[in-house]
Formats: sequence, structure tokens, C-alpha cells
Amino acid sequence: MLSFETVVTTCTYCGCGCGLLLEVLDGQVVGTLPQKDHPVSRGSLCIKGWNAHQFIYDQGRLKKPLLRREGSLMETSWEEALNRVVSDLRRIKEENGPDSIAGLTSAKCTNEENYLFQKWMRAVVGTNNVDHCARL
Amino acid sequence: MEKTREKMIRLLEEGVVSGILALRRSSDHAVPYFFNSPASLKDWVADEADRYPITKVIVQIAKKHPDDVLGIVVRGCEERSLIELFKNHQLRPEKVKLIGIVCSEELAGRCRCEKPFPTQAEEGEPAKAVENFSDIAEVESLPEEERFRYWMKEFGKCIKCYGCRNICPACFCPTCTLEDPLLIKPGGMPPEIPLFHLHKAFHMADRCIDCGLCEEVCPMGIPVRRLYRKVRRTVKDLFGYAPGEDKDLKGPLEFLGDGSYELPEAGR
Repeated sequence: MLSFETVVTTCTYCGCGCGLLLEVLDGQVVGTLPQKDHPVSRGSLCIKGWNAHQFIYDQGRLKKPLLRREGSLMETSWEEALNRVVSDLRRIKEENGPDSIAGLTSAKCTNEENYLFQKWMRAVVGTNNVDHCARL
Repeated sequence: MEKTREKMIRLLEEGVVSGILALRRSSDHAVPYFFNSPASLKDWVADEADRYPITKVIVQIAKKHPDDVLGIVVRGCEERSLIELFKNHQLRPEKVKLIGIVCSEELAGRCRCEKPFPTQAEEGEPAKAVENFSDIAEVESLPEEERFRYWMKEFGKCIKCYGCRNICPACFCPTCTLEDPLLIKPGGMPPEIPLFHLHKAFHMADRCIDCGLCEEVCPMGIPVRRLYRKVRRTVKDLFGYAPGEDKDLKGPLEFLGDGSYELPEAGR
């Protein structure tokens, strides 16, 4: 059955966080509209926002974690990927101290995600080396 | 809006339409939605705070479902844009069922709308037409050089988001002049001015239905509507033609050049 709806969401391209509507036709995302009542973007978008739907079905999109094995990146499970991150970070911290680790997060993440990340770096890893992509 | 809602329910119950495109209240926002059952209409709103290019959306739906009859709730401007889309063969009139709603005085004033009501509406008093062209008069009163400076300054703000084109219910070409490297040099910011904006204005001349969505969507606050209103008025003065009014009348850019019309003062 023919279905069309628009989903209110936030642009993932930069830290501005403009409001947009994803147009969903028969379950497929087919377009983007600016969210007219958004307090930040107030119904406007830049060229990236207008095209925010385009990467969704892109063939090159990374959907599974990759692990480097013998020099090449191979698909793996989240379980294995996270275990590897934990064991390597733990080893580096033990061998060289927590300040040998730095964390870079993203302007594309939400405030809450960024807050959690710095908290995790400081309280769990034990370093103040935290920054994000907008200052790289 | 109970009469309108009743009509929508009837159209759905009788199977006249596959569904009706209108605004739905969804977590406190009024956004476009295709209602396909009478029960779903409980969330329908005729919100005046924000207008969306729903006639552009329905073209997209109709392209995928050419055999369905689609309902759409339209204001005056949206009906005008449908007329242009019918004329330009983007939609088939027999496959679209219009449900008209009138705009309030407040919205008509905010939009400076010359016709804030559709041909038919179920209920409500049509608001008075607003004939306020002070925006054009203000620019026209400037000496030529100053006027040129004014527009170049405004066009110079452009960040080439293509928002004015993307939201425009009268823009539908699969290949857009604004992205043609032979006509407008690609790369760089702002885009090639004033060519970029004048190309759009020229294309709008016999299509612009003066809804003003373009100016609302511009992140840089360029008064593009003012430009299109001027072009629209020029076409009206020259040819007595206003886009979106008469569905049987051809736009002058369609017949110009076929010899059937002589431009006043042509060849001067």
C-alpha cells in the first residue's frame, strides 16, 4: 500500500544541528526537507543538509566494524571489535600510562554523546586528552 | 475544520482516493504526511505556522504511483502551483483530488498573498486579497546604479544551497540550468552573480505563483521573492498573464517564438 511520511530528525553533517525532515515513500528515504519550526535552523538548510538523505543507501557506507588482519581490513562482529579495542587500550595504558591515549569525538554527535565520551576518557581511561573533529 | 475533515473521511471511505497528502501533528510538529485511512485523520491539522512544498511532494508520489488518485489539502498558493504543474505535464489533473482550505487574514498578511484562498473550500470565509507591492516599489525607487549595487550585495551572500530551487513548487526540470557548467561557471562561492539568480528569475517568469517559500527557506536572507515578484509583474504587464490562474492558458515563454505573439515594442 502506498505510504508517505516525513520523519523529524537532526542533520548529521556538522555541529550546527539543523532540523530536517526525511521524506519516506513506501519505506524508502527519498528526500530531505528543511524543518520549518526548528529553533536553530528556522526552516533553512545548507547544501549538505538538503542532501542529507543521499548517503543512506550508498554502496560505500560502512555498516559493520572492520578489523585489520594481516594488513587488510576485514569485516568482523561488534563483539570481537569491541573486545579488541578494550584489550589494546588496556595494554597501552598499562605499558605507557593513560596520557598516552587521546580521544577524538565528533561535532556530529549529540551533546549527550560528547559528554559521555569525555566522561569516559577522564573517569575510565584517566586522561584529559579529549578533543573533537571541529578543532582538528 | 470539521466539514473539511468530513469530506476527507468520505473520500477515503468511498475509495475515491488512495490517500490524502496534508499536514499531520507529529510530536508537536506539523509535517507533511499521506493519510490513507479515515482513522489516521485524527492527527490531521491545517497548521498555519509553517508551510511546506506539498505540491512538490505529490509530484514525487505520483511519479512512483501513476495509477493512483491522490488527494491533497491545498491553500490558494498550493492550488496555483498545482495548476502550473498540470500545465507543465508534471501531474495529471484526473489523478489529483483537491481539498481546498482558506487562509486566515493573519497568514494572508504575512504572505502578502494576492489570492489567499483556493477555487473551492468546504468552509471558512476567504481572507481579503493583499495587494502590497511596497517591496518592489522600494527597490524601483533607487537610482539604477544603486539598485544594481543593492542586488549584487544581496546575491553576493548566496551560499549556493539550491534551497530556493529545491523548495520551489514550480521547479521540476530533471536537468537544472543552475547546475549547467556551460551556463554558470561551477565552483567558488558565491556562485557566478548575478547570472545564477537571474537565470532562476527568468525561468520563474511565467511559472512563479508567488508563494514565497523560496525567500522563507534562504539561509542568507536574500530577498529572492522580491526579484521573482518583479519578473512576475513584468510578465503580467507585457502579456496580461499570471501563472497559476487559468489552467487552460499557455505561459508566454511557451509560445514566444512561434510567431503567434509579437512582443510590444519588439525590435526597438
